[in-house]
Amino acid sequence: MAEIRVEHLRKAFGDFVAVQDSNFVVEDGEFFVMLGPSGCGKTTTLRMIAGLELPTGGKILLGGEDVTMRRARERDIAFVFQLFALYPHMNVRKNIGFPLLAQGMPGAEIRARVEETAKLLRIDHLLNKSVSGLAGGDRQRVALGRAIVRRPKCFLMDEPLGTLDTEFRDLMVHELRELHNRIHATTVYVTHDQMEAMSMADKIAVMNHGVIEQFGTPREIYDRPATMFVADFIGSPPMNFLGFGGGLSKGAREVVVQGARVAVPEVREDVAPAEMALGIRPEHIRFDNASKLRGAIYGTEYLGTTQIVAVETADGIIKARVPAEIRLNPGDHVGLALNSARLSVFAKGSGRAVRTEIHDSASQGRAHHG
Amino acid sequence: MSLTSAHSVVAPSATSKRVAGTIIVAYALISIVPLLWIFATSFKTPPDSIAYPPKILFQPSLEGYCNLFSTRTRQTPEYINSLGPATGVCDETVRKRNMVIAGPSNFMPRFVNSLIIAFGSTFCAVFLGTLSAYGFSRFKVPLADDLLFFILSTRMMPPIAVAIPIYLMYRELGLSDTALGMILLYTAVNVSLAVWLLKGFIDEIPREYEEAAMIDGYTRLQAFWRTVLPQATTGIAATAIFCLIFAWNEYAFAALLTSGTAQTAPPFIPTIIGEGGQDWPAVAAGTTIFLVPILVFTILLRKQLLRGITFGAVRK
Repeated sequence: MAEIRVEHLRKAFGDFVAVQDSNFVVEDGEFFVMLGPSGCGKTTTLRMIAGLELPTGGKILLGGEDVTMRRARERDIAFVFQLFALYPHMNVRKNIGFPLLAQGMPGAEIRARVEETAKLLRIDHLLNKSVSGLAGGDRQRVALGRAIVRRPKCFLMDEPLGTLDTEFRDLMVHELRELHNRIHATTVYVTHDQMEAMSMADKIAVMNHGVIEQFGTPREIYDRPATMFVADFIGSPPMNFLGFGGGLSKGAREVVVQGARVAVPEVREDVAPAEMALGIRPEHIRFDNASKLRGAIYGTEYLGTTQIVAVETADGIIKARVPAEIRLNPGDHVGLALNSARLSVFAKGSGRAVRTEIHDSASQGRAHHG
Repeated sequence: MSLTSAHSVVAPSATSKRVAGTIIVAYALISIVPLLWIFATSFKTPPDSIAYPPKILFQPSLEGYCNLFSTRTRQTPEYINSLGPATGVCDETVRKRNMVIAGPSNFMPRFVNSLIIAFGSTFCAVFLGTLSAYGFSRFKVPLADDLLFFILSTRMMPPIAVAIPIYLMYRELGLSDTALGMILLYTAVNVSLAVWLLKGFIDEIPREYEEAAMIDGYTRLQAFWRTVLPQATTGIAATAIFCLIFAWNEYAFAALLTSGTAQTAPPFIPTIIGEGGQDWPAVAAGTTIFLVPILVFTILLRKQLLRGITFGAVRK
């Protein structure tokens, strides 16, 4: 097991820059998730760590060793592919034992290691089956088995649950995390699914257009999104934005949104006058007729314990998550009260979060560029 | 619930099935009658083979096969009577025509030449084709499209169009009438087909298989050998049959470039001449035996062959 350190990593395919200047550290034994929409560069980053693509610039260190230009087979890593890449001409046993065969391990030892691994993944009854007849979840387990059998320095997984049914997916999310808790292997996991990322990760890097927008724990990313992109990408429904103008000065405690004064966490930096946005998670909105911030009910989405209410305001539709018991009719006018302690403030131009009281307990979290 | 009703849009209707069946049977008959004719002729006696009207029912004879494999000399009946009893079926058959077997004919060596040249060139074409196809499929080859077009362009004319330059080149290089020369020639003709067919097959194999193997500690060549090749066997088999059929049946170059030691069966068979003209039963016997290897090969690999023919028609 080892730490993975990525420094100023860059990859360009001709004119297209897939990854720009990525920096992050995955600590030994950590479950690290790279999250982002398709085409954001997360898979390219993973493939560079694996040695399947060579970077245009930057460095990759595995356990302190510079492996940037090393061949994949010299890196001692394991990779789980989205489509598993199980060899159809081999049975389960041979598939799992394949990496050991490359090391020239004696047959008896391979057998023992394969059986031990299969037991760990509860697929020991499938060892002599052909891989083509396996169900999705079992294929996934075989692919995992092939990865862990060699006890490599780290695991890289490229959307390994992407092709599974929802039902299997929830099960495998749980199993993967449980497996990680048992073997404590440094893992880099790529996905576009925020649910997978939030439920499994120790750390998440949110990527967009080849740039790491934010690097942090799931909690940091949800509570203190570093950019409007992260705020919008994480959460379901995503964070609401209400626009407002004017600058902010250090120590400010309120902003004016649509003529209503809204208390915000104390601002810790000066911001020159510009287009700004107030970010509010749906669950931090309450209905309160005393509030000056008003809107009309546009529609509701009943979810059992809560409901998502779309409210049309002067600045577009915002969504609130409120208890399911509240009776609401489309067209009703309501006042919106915001939970001041949990609000984020963004500069619209750059999309970056303004430093406020909510950042006090932690570092800003945004991946350090430069 | 009847999913196979007459209104199904997927299943063919009974009428169209019947029409298709009739066409296939008619086509099969047209193709198979000449083969049956040759097969029957190989068991006729020379007089039966040229009888008019043709004999459908006849007394089978092995004379064609005996004549194919032997050379004979005519002797006086007195000399033949002075010999001891016949030593075998062929001996007996030829004595009835006042002849004795003088030795083996050239058929076996020519047949062996055919085997060596056809299988040798097929192996070379498929070997080179697989490696090039893999290269074109997986690596960024500079000018790949142009190169592939160039490779294909060698098939845009009938090979015989270059017969005279090749004849002159081979004479200069001392490759005329050598097995090596013929193997090189057939390989050159077939390799373009092999590259194109195999590239399609290899393109279909996801590269994750090799990537997984390379991450798991194998070199690219090992990964290719252990993960790509086993999955490409269908394509390789289909390609091999196409190459083999071409090299096996090729007549024009063989007639032009081989005359003696390296002569293949196709130019040899028509030269079998008996007394007083063409020995049709022997020619038919040679043709029948000539058909056997391809027949066996095709039957063994018919599934792959079918896939090779319909290749590209069905994409996942």
